[in-house]
Amino acid sequence: MTHLDGNALAGLFADTLGIDITAAIGKCGSCHRTFELARANAFVTAIGAVLRCAHCQGMLAVIVEKPHEVIVNLSGLAHVAMARP
Amino acid sequence: MSSPIRASWHVGRVASCRPETESAVRLELDVPTWPGNHAGSHLDVRLTAPDGYQATRSYSVASSGQTTRVILAVDEVPAGEVSPYLVHQLAEGDELEVHGPLGRYFVWSPAEPDRSPVQLIAGGSGVVPLFAMAAAREHEADHAEFRLLYSVRTPEDVFFAEELSALKKTIVEIVHTRRSPAGSPRPPARLTRESVADSVFPASATPRIFVCGPTPFVETIAGWLVQLGHDPTRIRTERFGGSG
Repeated sequence: MTHLDGNALAGLFADTLGIDITAAIGKCGSCHRTFELARANAFVTAIGAVLRCAHCQGMLAVIVEKPHEVIVNLSGLAHVAMARP
Repeated sequence: MSSPIRASWHVGRVASCRPETESAVRLELDVPTWPGNHAGSHLDVRLTAPDGYQATRSYSVASSGQTTRVILAVDEVPAGEVSPYLVHQLAEGDELEVHGPLGRYFVWSPAEPDRSPVQLIAGGSGVVPLFAMAAAREHEADHAEFRLLYSVRTPEDVFFAEELSALKKTIVEIVHTRRSPAGSPRPPARLTRESVADSVFPASATPRIFVCGPTPFVETIAGWLVQLGHDPTRIRTERFGGSG
């Protein structure tokens, strides 16, 4: 499937984690590169969204929205630096 | 990076809706609690079915600044879950849930100190956030040079045709891929690396570049720009596609 930009997940990240992904810098846990998360690859499906590193395609984040809970996996992110709101 | 405007959920009311092209609608929403938005940012529209099922999609905002009137231009994705409703069903007076403004990344703000030239490159309905940037530029007496390169299928598919032709501070070049306007000396053709090189600011001018369109369009253009010597960190992209 084709991907979007991390920028496209701004609403989902704001809603579920309170993070403004469009102003966040992330470090990939796989290749250890650091980049604006808005530049990562976003794969959006009916069951959830996956954010992958644009360089190594390593998984950065998975967000699955279920009717009564949201499941978030951030194990692929070594760190996230966010601008203060 | 532009200054933050906090995103939250709002209820908007459709002030007007009219056809933008054969497949797209222009929606003007009155959102009393809208905090204003930077040019280029987007919002999420959430539809809720009677049984509680919800579908959310992102749309770029064509307007900007301190206003509670929010303008969208939505192209129909056939068999999509949200866009056919927005294009065909939504009527004046209807309410719509929107989440925004979203985005401090794919935005242009006149307050930014960077006065390098700004190159906008649009594929199809990807022109919406770029139009917002060009329209915002119109309000500034003295600022960066702007150019818009807009690839679109036919003359009838052009979004904001009147507004684009009225822009005084952005040089607009429209490239038709399927059919040119009657009398045009230029046969319809897709962009090529060479035609892009001829149209955009050269790498030596260190332009900031915003590219918006369907994923394959954005991938192709961004790849060419890097081959033409543009700094990848100066190129910002916004892809769309898929589920509409």
